[in-house]
Amino acid sequence: MLSKRIIACLDVRDGNLAKSVKFVDTKDIGDPVAAAKRYYEEGIDELVFYDITASSDKRNIMIDTVSAVAAQVFIPFSVGGGLRTVEDCTAVRLAGAEKVNVNTAAVANPRIIAQTAALLGSQAVVLSMDVLRTGVGARTPSGYEIVTHGGRTRTGLDALAWAREGEKLGAGELVVNSIDADGTRDGYEITLTRMIAEGVRIPVIASGGGGNPDHLYEVLTAGRADAALVASILHYKEYTVREIKLALRKRGLKVRLAE
Amino acid sequence: MAMIAIIDYNAGNLTSVKRALDYLGLDSTVSADPRVLRSAERLIFPGVGHATSAMTTLRERGLDLVLETAFTAGTPILGICLGTQIILSRSEEGDTPCLGIIEGNVPRFKLTDPALKIPHMGWDSVRLVRQHPVLRDIKPGDEFYFVHSFYPQPSDPAAVIGLGDYEIEFPAIIGRNNLIALQFHPEKSASAGLGILKNFSTWDGGAC
Repeated sequence: MLSKRIIACLDVRDGNLAKSVKFVDTKDIGDPVAAAKRYYEEGIDELVFYDITASSDKRNIMIDTVSAVAAQVFIPFSVGGGLRTVEDCTAVRLAGAEKVNVNTAAVANPRIIAQTAALLGSQAVVLSMDVLRTGVGARTPSGYEIVTHGGRTRTGLDALAWAREGEKLGAGELVVNSIDADGTRDGYEITLTRMIAEGVRIPVIASGGGGNPDHLYEVLTAGRADAALVASILHYKEYTVREIKLALRKRGLKVRLAE
Repeated sequence: MAMIAIIDYNAGNLTSVKRALDYLGLDSTVSADPRVLRSAERLIFPGVGHATSAMTTLRERGLDLVLETAFTAGTPILGICLGTQIILSRSEEGDTPCLGIIEGNVPRFKLTDPALKIPHMGWDSVRLVRQHPVLRDIKPGDEFYFVHSFYPQPSDPAAVIGLGDYEIEFPAIIGRNNLIALQFHPEKSASAGLGILKNFSTWDGGAC
């Protein structure tokens, strides 16, 4: 039986580690390669790097970061943020990322999912969705809407419909990031995560709101998630990866413990 | 002459394997040149992708013959993921005739539990059914990173070295003589996986 995966999310801006709170204020808090190495040694199962670099002329810094991580960290990791074309996706793969993470670009051009899956395989394509709770409406029968640009732009797309569309186009996994929960540390959005996880046949990674191991337990059981993203609780050293996993194992979840 | 040659047939994770060997300080090269591959002390046969296109590329480059010759000559060979699957006689993926170095086929998972997803992707444990020098450092509870929808099923049960469990028990490590092949990715399996690569680098191709 597969272990539940704990995935550390590292927001990277101009080559530095940052953590966003409600996607508004960001402040740099360190070196992403050093953080990746530390979480790897503590037993993290996977890493996600989101490139939040604003200017496109600094994008090559991210490729350098990916290469440096790939030379020292021997677990799967994915890269997202600013990947607009199939060529962008191929470049991060060549630099050593196992998976690519598409979000805004896929909303603007859904074919990028199919094209990247055809080239790299579905297992390498993660569709990341930023989701806002809107209530049930004519356009959003699930009660949740897809937003882009860090939550600033509404798309009118229903979250559940978009998840299913992404699966159909060839995405191998979904990251379901709740804008409402992101940065709050009050717990993941269980209702949303469960709805998406039960609506697709591909793994779902819960994102946004993880503040303690009990939150992870809830989303990995009641929320039906296959994996949970964590960020600030690791970056600010409130918990180590091992502490989180020991707490989950104590409550009966199968998780991988590194030595 | 590179000690370890990684067989290049346009199949995905070649650079990941190379990076892991570099990290371990092991001399290696990625090559599609039959002469380079024939002169290597040992071969790694990796792969991510589709069985049909993999077999087509292997045959076009004459690498199917290189593998068969190396196997007969006793060169230690390590298969990884798709490389492991196409060592068998036939894959259900595209109904593809494969190398047949180990007799058997490669079925797709047919699962009844709707909560179980395909591919089988993530960290999972392996139960060793027999000992092997390359696997000597594996401890109970060690987990490895899998990504696959098909699995190797040798005809001869003696070719099964380790089993995974995903509703059904499936062969996760197979082998015969100087060949050992893993369904999971040692190069993405943290220290447990790196340990396997390190042990392979000193394996003489013999049994326990």
